[in-house]
Amino acid sequence: MIPEIGHFALILALCVAVVQGILPIYGAAVGNSALMAVAKPAARGQFLLVATAFGCLAYAFAEKDFSVLYVAATSNSQLPLHYRLAAIWGAHEGSLLLWTLILTLWMFAVTLFSSHLPEATRSRILGVMGLVSMGFLLFMLTVSNPFERLIPAAADGRDLNPLLQDPGMVIHPPMLYMGYVGFSVAFAFAIAALLGGNLDAAWARWSRPWTTVAWCFLTVGIAMGSGWAYYELGWGGWWFWDPVENASFMPWLAGTALVHSLAVTDKRGGFKVWTVLLAIMAFSLSLLGTFLVRSGVLTSVHAFATDPKRGLFILAFLAIVIGGSLALYAWRAPRVGLGGSFATVSREGMLLANNVLLVAAMGAVLLGTLYPLFLDALDLGKISVGPPYFDSVFVPLMAPAIFLMGIGPLAQWKKASLPDLAKRLKWAFGVSVVTAVVLPIVMGNWTPLLSLGLLMAIWIVTTSAVTLRERLAHVNGNGLVERLASVPRSYWGMLVAHCGIAVFIVGVTMVKGFESEKDVRMNVGETANIGDYTFRFDGAQDVVGPNYTAARGSFSVSRDGRETTVLYPEKRRYTAQNQIMTEAAIDPGLLRDLYVSLGEPLDDGAWSVRLYHKPFVDWIWGGCFIMALGGVLAISDRRYRIAWRRQEPAVPAATRAAKRKVA
Amino acid sequence: MKPRHKRFAFIGLGLVVLGVATVLILNAFQSNLVFFFTPTQVVSGEAPKGRSFRIGGMVEDGSLVREKDGLTVHFIVTDTAKRLPVTYKGILPDLFKEGKGAVAQGQLGNDGTFVASEVLAKHDENYMPPEAAEAMAKAKASGAQQSKSLVVPQGTKDSL
Repeated sequence: MIPEIGHFALILALCVAVVQGILPIYGAAVGNSALMAVAKPAARGQFLLVATAFGCLAYAFAEKDFSVLYVAATSNSQLPLHYRLAAIWGAHEGSLLLWTLILTLWMFAVTLFSSHLPEATRSRILGVMGLVSMGFLLFMLTVSNPFERLIPAAADGRDLNPLLQDPGMVIHPPMLYMGYVGFSVAFAFAIAALLGGNLDAAWARWSRPWTTVAWCFLTVGIAMGSGWAYYELGWGGWWFWDPVENASFMPWLAGTALVHSLAVTDKRGGFKVWTVLLAIMAFSLSLLGTFLVRSGVLTSVHAFATDPKRGLFILAFLAIVIGGSLALYAWRAPRVGLGGSFATVSREGMLLANNVLLVAAMGAVLLGTLYPLFLDALDLGKISVGPPYFDSVFVPLMAPAIFLMGIGPLAQWKKASLPDLAKRLKWAFGVSVVTAVVLPIVMGNWTPLLSLGLLMAIWIVTTSAVTLRERLAHVNGNGLVERLASVPRSYWGMLVAHCGIAVFIVGVTMVKGFESEKDVRMNVGETANIGDYTFRFDGAQDVVGPNYTAARGSFSVSRDGRETTVLYPEKRRYTAQNQIMTEAAIDPGLLRDLYVSLGEPLDDGAWSVRLYHKPFVDWIWGGCFIMALGGVLAISDRRYRIAWRRQEPAVPAATRAAKRKVA
Repeated sequence: MKPRHKRFAFIGLGLVVLGVATVLILNAFQSNLVFFFTPTQVVSGEAPKGRSFRIGGMVEDGSLVREKDGLTVHFIVTDTAKRLPVTYKGILPDLFKEGKGAVAQGQLGNDGTFVASEVLAKHDENYMPPEAAEAMAKAKASGAQQSKSLVVPQGTKDSL
């Protein structure tokens, strides 16, 4: 019964989405405010309906209702509750429902924080989002229904893939989807502006915080996925340039470009056409990512071709959304105008250069991800594009971008002078170069890449320090603390996010330069050395978990004779489908991670073992979180709070007073 | 410079950056493509010498031999038509099993043994890497074109 309620709620949601996608946009076109007023309640209603459907599916999982095909396929009676709930987004159908839920959640948020927008703009935005959600609901109801029944019911479920039975996997997909789908707001803003023909600085100011929030979620989501791969796959790698990872990275690159381009549109009214194109691009790449990961096209192009219902639907949907919005763009963009002019050497110029570099990098990733699929689809042979390709393209494209990142914030808008910039930055440059050359020599391993990495990281930090010092000279206030406090939060946000990149680069550089790895056979009581650490294998014991049995190894780690820690890596056998899983043991640290994973049991209690010493690896994810923190700081800036507070005068004064009393 | 000239300068600059990026990308692309070969193709000498490539197929039952160091392993990958001996030093992925599909990357040694630098843990829900599945499908197609069933035709098995 409950699954049928969920199914029914989805059908109702589709009806609401159709209404929301058509009436408000039409109303805005003809200036009918009654039609436009439909948007807000429709969006809220749709959110409630999809949330109901989601709740019904969650209930089916919690109650182990194996008469629902999707539940039977992705969970098992022995699976603990939290993983049963995470299994909702463990496969195709449920993750689409999560996608739609998050889309309607963003819609709901737009209805809450958009009172300061003109009514026509708001109805267009909600209308566009309604159209997107219509596509997804239609998809679920026609070819990918999570509530499909399995009659007769299965005695037990097939179980969730053990790789996904992990706390990281519980939070990673929702975070990632918040980011992906969040770009739909920026996209809807852009389409609404194209429809209305009013692309101005105000438009950029409104869509900026939404884009930044989505970008923060995406950043954290990608970082969590990378962290999960690091500790769960047991191979110690943190990024594999796998198509699934690239699918999330491409919208991030476009989104990063969008965040910066929006800043120019907001502050200077420039880049309008480009900003709109980036907004379309970011969301299109999110859709493409969903398609790549969820249509099965990556697993096998041919399997996709033999059962093409889902894939064709997504392809058609992609074609309509991307093609439609680009056509609209081609038609309306020339009217928008180009905005103010600026010199080559100016903040705009540098931001534009960085945008081009980011988009070029995105194109490189896109090529490396899609080209093998094309070849395969056309039967021209099977190839794969490995990490070396991405590495060798990425470093030369990002190095100049990072160099410009240091200068950009110091350059004046419109026109800056190179000699002046050089004078202001000579200390930062000198310090960076000297440290980058000397530091690796002191650490005893000089390589060009190591120096380059450190140079970029230190360059970002030193130029940020110069930027902050100059900024402090321009703000009012007595004493340092007061001055620091009067620097706007959005400015802090930029500095923090940039420093996050520096932290990230330090992590990558140090891991690449100094990590060590060892595959060894270890008998009980035998020791192995890696880094400065000595690992002693104390044997393995059998342990029993809720839905698995495992061999748990015990390793005492010591350094200079002093015990550092004891690590317990596991080799698990998940009973439902008899799958083997390696569970690595990690001792994390600010300056290094120690990492052990069990290979295979050999004779006499010996095991083949993989040991890693990974200096600074946690800085990689730390950097990502700092970047996201920068984004959070930026949207907590005063000017956005003012914008939201401005909506209050709509509320009668008496109720406001009453509210205050309650508060 | 007039604004119009400036705009052209910008467009020119953008094109130069894109051109450089394209050259970089295509160059890296050329030298880093990894091609895939089936055991049949490798045995018949189609695979390149001295260059890394990928193979895929099924790990033959009972072919896995481990050396005393516990790390070096030998096994045979087959697409049911031809067999290719493989050597690998290191820890095998969890999903590696005799009688299951596997994909390996490495180079062909002089004695016709494939020296793998990496055995891939990649797989789909059915634990058959797509490349491996395809290698076997190809061998099947060339061995018995009329048969579309999943059962390996008797004739091909005999030719092993």
